[in-house]
Amino acid sequence: MNDFSRAFVYLNDPFNWNRTDGEGILHLLEEHLAISAIAVLLAMAVALPTGVILGHRSTGGGFIVALSNVSRAIPTLALLTIFAVTPIGFGDTATTIALAIFAIPPILTNTFVGFREVDPDVKESARAMGMSPRQVIARAELPLAVPLVMTGIRTASVQVVATAGLAALVGGGGLGVLINLGFGQQDYGLMIAGAILVAGLALLTELALVVLSWVVTPGPRRSPFRRHRLRTATPGEAMTVGVPL
Amino acid sequence: MSAVVGPVLAADAAPNPWFSLSYVTGNGSAILGYLGEHVRLTILAVVLGTVIALPLALVARRFRFLSAPLLGLSTIIYTIPSLAMFALLFPLSGLSSTTVLIGLVAYSLVILLRNFVAGLAAVPADVQEAARGMGYGPARMFVAVELPLALPTFMAGLRIATVSTVALTTVGVLVGHGGLGQLIVGGFNANFYRAEIVTGALGCILLALLFDVILAGVGRLLTPWARVRA
Repeated sequence: MNDFSRAFVYLNDPFNWNRTDGEGILHLLEEHLAISAIAVLLAMAVALPTGVILGHRSTGGGFIVALSNVSRAIPTLALLTIFAVTPIGFGDTATTIALAIFAIPPILTNTFVGFREVDPDVKESARAMGMSPRQVIARAELPLAVPLVMTGIRTASVQVVATAGLAALVGGGGLGVLINLGFGQQDYGLMIAGAILVAGLALLTELALVVLSWVVTPGPRRSPFRRHRLRTATPGEAMTVGVPL
Repeated sequence: MSAVVGPVLAADAAPNPWFSLSYVTGNGSAILGYLGEHVRLTILAVVLGTVIALPLALVARRFRFLSAPLLGLSTIIYTIPSLAMFALLFPLSGLSSTTVLIGLVAYSLVILLRNFVAGLAAVPADVQEAARGMGYGPARMFVAVELPLALPTFMAGLRIATVSTVALTTVGVLVGHGGLGQLIVGGFNANFYRAEIVTGALGCILLALLFDVILAGVGRLLTPWARVRA
């Protein structure tokens, strides 16, 4: 029996999903999702207002480009480890903070670009119709910026869900625990099972957020899986803001 | 009396500085060894990625129906977390740096492919037509017309791929070949020794910046016409 069939046997055993010794898949999945969700929400709380204000005023572009470039050079593993050895101590809190920091650049960059690229004529028309500055942001700029803002949130979320697994290498929780444990115990079936779960979760997150973006984008809708996907796959956009996982 | 302080006595009792010059000088050869592996893996991954991505980009342009599945597949590869990728490759190539290399090539390939496709797509059609009118064949057109025009996008892709490969290599610690990542996790496992962790992390960042500066310089040298405008 090779490692892959062992992995499927492991995944097919309900005991492995429900066990309560800290290795149960459902328990780890819950922990993984909780860490990821809090990290993304924290990042959104910082990055969305900053991106909206800077994008609305069209200032700070250089700073944001520099930030997103530098963040690409910092290994996630390094930041996770460094937070784990601060007085916070290793565990879910340190993991969440480190992941939140990594989620800021994609959200900030995309929000900034989304708001900055709104056609000046549209803003002027909105003002001419008597909208207050707040109304211009909320009712004219926001609907037009939503697709890019959602791209940022999607990129950040997938990245966070994917990198949360790394926390297991430095004493954190989440589904990465199975990979690390399987490797440590030379139980490669367990390791592969963990890898399948982590990879599947990342792909599902991507899929879920593509659908969510489609739902919240106002105006005439295109199916996210046809022409639109092709467009976003063109590099200029995707690859200048994407950070590898 | 002091027994109630807590369970972290060992970590707090010994001095644990964030950076220590004596650690770096005392472990110079080990650090250089990891650095060497890091550099070797990065360069190999980006070079192999380029060698594979360039023909794929040309194929995707030539046969339009292939470009959507190719880019879709590359998005899926890109979404797979590196830790899972290395774990899935482990049964294939075991505890060797090949496991890390295959994963890194896959990621750099994805970044490069997208940028190569975009660079080639951005070559103006009238320039291609003019070259054809002057009797340029496909090969000469590619080398003398399309490649120079697509070069800035190519170089941008190479820079992103290189910098991200430097960062990703650290995850290779899973199979014991993470270059400077070995120091990061090694320090964590050596009773949270901060100096080792920070040395590894700083090394990664400096290496990424160095590669980026070199590639930016190469890009400038290769496209002298772009400087005149700026």
